[in-house]
Amino acid sequence: MTIGLSHYLTVAAILFTLGIFGIFLNRKNVIVILMSVELMLLAVNLNLVAFSAFHADLVGQIFAMIVLTVAAAEAAIGLAIVVVYFRNRGTIDVAEIDLLKG
Amino acid sequence: MYQAILFLPLAGALFAGLLGPFAGARASEVVTTTLVLIAALLSWIGFYEVAIGGHEQRIELARFIVSGDLKAIWSLRIDTLTAVMLVVVTTVSGLVHLYSIGYMEEDDGRPRFFAYLSLFTFAMLALVTADDFVQLFFGWEGVGLASYLLIGFWYHKPSANAAAIKAFIVNRVGDFGFALGIFAVFTLFQSVQYDAVFASAPDHAGETMQFLWMRVDALTLICLLLFMGAMGKSAQFLLHTWLPDAMEGPTPVSALIHAATMVTAGVFMVARLSPLFELAPIALNVVAVIGATTAFFAATVGLVQNDIKRVVAYSTCSQLGYMFAAEGVGAYGAGMFHLFTHASFKALLFLGAGAVIHALHHEQDLRRMGALRKVLPFTWAMMLIGTLSLTGFPFTAGFVSKDAIIEATYAAHSWVGNYAFVLTLTAAVLTSFYSWRLMFLAFEGKPREPKEILAHAHEPPLTMGIPLALLALGALLTGGLFAHLFIGTGQAEFWRGSLVTHEGAHHEAPLWLLAAPTLAMAAGFVTAWYFYITNPLVPFGLAKRFRGVHQFLLNAWYFDALYDALFVRPAQQLGRFLWKTGDGAVIDGIGPDGIAARVIDIANRAIRLQTGYIYHYAFVMLIGVALLITYFLFTGGGVKP
Amino acid sequence: MLSALFFYLFATILVGAGFMVIAAKNPVHAVLYLILAFFNAAGLFVLLGAEFLAMILVVVYVGAVMVLFLFVVMMLDVDFAELRAGFIKYLPVGATVGLLLLVELILILGAWATAPETVAEAPTPPAVDISNTEALGLILYTRYVYLFEAAGLILLVAMVGAIVLTLHHKRDVKRQSISQQVQRTRAESVELVNVETGRGLS
Repeated sequence: MTIGLSHYLTVAAILFTLGIFGIFLNRKNVIVILMSVELMLLAVNLNLVAFSAFHADLVGQIFAMIVLTVAAAEAAIGLAIVVVYFRNRGTIDVAEIDLLKG
Repeated sequence: MYQAILFLPLAGALFAGLLGPFAGARASEVVTTTLVLIAALLSWIGFYEVAIGGHEQRIELARFIVSGDLKAIWSLRIDTLTAVMLVVVTTVSGLVHLYSIGYMEEDDGRPRFFAYLSLFTFAMLALVTADDFVQLFFGWEGVGLASYLLIGFWYHKPSANAAAIKAFIVNRVGDFGFALGIFAVFTLFQSVQYDAVFASAPDHAGETMQFLWMRVDALTLICLLLFMGAMGKSAQFLLHTWLPDAMEGPTPVSALIHAATMVTAGVFMVARLSPLFELAPIALNVVAVIGATTAFFAATVGLVQNDIKRVVAYSTCSQLGYMFAAEGVGAYGAGMFHLFTHASFKALLFLGAGAVIHALHHEQDLRRMGALRKVLPFTWAMMLIGTLSLTGFPFTAGFVSKDAIIEATYAAHSWVGNYAFVLTLTAAVLTSFYSWRLMFLAFEGKPREPKEILAHAHEPPLTMGIPLALLALGALLTGGLFAHLFIGTGQAEFWRGSLVTHEGAHHEAPLWLLAAPTLAMAAGFVTAWYFYITNPLVPFGLAKRFRGVHQFLLNAWYFDALYDALFVRPAQQLGRFLWKTGDGAVIDGIGPDGIAARVIDIANRAIRLQTGYIYHYAFVMLIGVALLITYFLFTGGGVKP
Repeated sequence: MLSALFFYLFATILVGAGFMVIAAKNPVHAVLYLILAFFNAAGLFVLLGAEFLAMILVVVYVGAVMVLFLFVVMMLDVDFAELRAGFIKYLPVGATVGLLLLVELILILGAWATAPETVAEAPTPPAVDISNTEALGLILYTRYVYLFEAAGLILLVAMVGAIVLTLHHKRDVKRQSISQQVQRTRAESVELVNVETGRGLS
């Protein structure tokens, strides 16, 4: 059967949901959160490129490239923060990041 | 001239009250006393003109309230009754002012004292010159205020403050009835002017009015309510509890307010409204019964009191009862005449007691006096005259007026009159007893005061002595001089309708009746002589034997305790309940405190949302996104299909 | 037909790898699964005709970002014993919300996909016969040059930020400053002292 736009979109939706799961279902470590964010961004990219392909409009790909750039930058900063945090607290257990507690 | 009589004391009060601190005590004393004495002089001139000469007057001063049917106008009604009261009030007030210069010479608050005295005089004059119920009420409340201020004059004493409040509150109970009575008058007559009310009163006889759940005779209701005010103001039985405690005030205050003038306002009021009372026989019966009961009750209590001022205070209470008893059987003239004579001899007794207290350096307990006759002969003589007059020694003023009352009660020939007759006659015996008891305990016998006090005892200065002498003259002569006008054959021409007079009720009284009061007086004198001169241990023995009775009388039939339990405690509990529970728990609880507590509650709960875990926050954000998407899914998000 | 097979292959492995990323106990495994996911995504991109983007994905994402992740995971020296699984406790609620979201996404995207505005069923090749890369380049440096520059700036800021965040001088480590060493003068380094016999320097 022909693979239509909706197939790609479905895959992207599943990936996105998985990424969201990852953010709040994990109690283990912070790295997984960052990786879940990467997953979500991947899902978005997939969406963009799928639409770009099916509408023959290259803007989608340009957009995806920019998203890629930003994701890389954000991963770098995020990891830097994790490193500094680990230096100060000695652990990356998510359950212990509660200094904002009210 | 009559405006001057009314406003000179007010001017004195304003001067002493406002400028007193600057002008100094001496200036305040002199100015106020002079002004009141001038007013007294003018009053005697007015008495001659109006009462004897017959030139009655109405002087309008200013409009107060003109609203629909309600017209209240400040005006002066000068008829015989007013003239009599003017004379009494201004003369006694002037003499008391003069006396106070000497009595209060060591006190720092003199400007305030004289201001209050003059203020009181003004209020009392406004009361007696009133031509309508509103001004009457104004004066009524004004004298109540002045009484409060003067009883609590030494405000550093807690007992004085308490006594002042007690007087005001008990008065207030009476005034409540009084105000209701005035409202009822307006409801029935559509006017508060005396002339209008008196003129149309006979037309309303027999009408009924709705009172609470009952329909009662209107005029009876009005008179009963007004009499309630008189009961409070004149310390009659049931509303009498304030008068003995009012002795906390300085002695001149007791003489002026609680002997001669304020407490007689009730008597004056009943006399002034006699046209109304005559149409309400039930009310008159109540007046007589209450009056007679008071006369008897106060006399019994006065038998055992130890404070010299309290003896005289209960004596006043008792004599007021006599006046009401007389008015209750229709002898308004006799009641007013007794008021007239009583003013002189009771003021004399109070001021004399004040001289004794002054001499013994503020000693008031009879048990610590004695053997003063040789040391204070003038004072003794003055007190003797006063006592003779009070007990009704033949040919003193008191003799004439008191006998008139007793005869009137007998002559009424009704069950009320007979009740009053028995009680007043008995009270005469008791009056004589306690008056002579006072004289003997204070002036005779062995000295019971400390040696230094007795050594320093001295006669009062001239400023205190002159009023005493003048009052003594009054106590002796007013009876004979004025009897024929007040109660004798000339009374109709004298009163000229200012109060109701019964001409035909004058018939010959049997001889035993004429002698009865004198016999009563003699009996009391002899008993007192036996108890306190011959055999001074007898009273102690009796008090021990009949301890219960003695305590019962000493505590004034336990009325204070009764009222405390019946009214004061429940009121305090209610107040406390409303304060703590009502105001505190309910209103504060729902209002500020409650809201503050709820805010803290809610904040505490909201705090739990701030877990500090980012993934919780992310989760909440996700839920928000999901909800948004759901919303847009169902509403289309504005995209046209 | 073949493309459909490849699509399903890539898609399945992608989803599976994505799930394992979040479910893996060992963070290193999680990173590796993520790498796998990216590879398969790249494959999907190629199927869509965006081969430049696919290669970029592999080079930049996998080659740089994932390696960075690996560096950090290994550097942080996470203790296995501490890793608890609070997973199960929150699963019901999380699963509900997640499923809801998924269903809605599919509904929306599906609805749009089946709307008349949808164009061809199959991915259309570009009209002009140039490679994807060339086509991208043609519009990236002309119409979207500002975005391009901005992306560069973002990268610069990220670089600076990462350095600023993590740089710290260790106090007890001796460092060299070459320029300072070279600029030393005789006066600061040598001192002539007249030492008396038997005294020594003190």
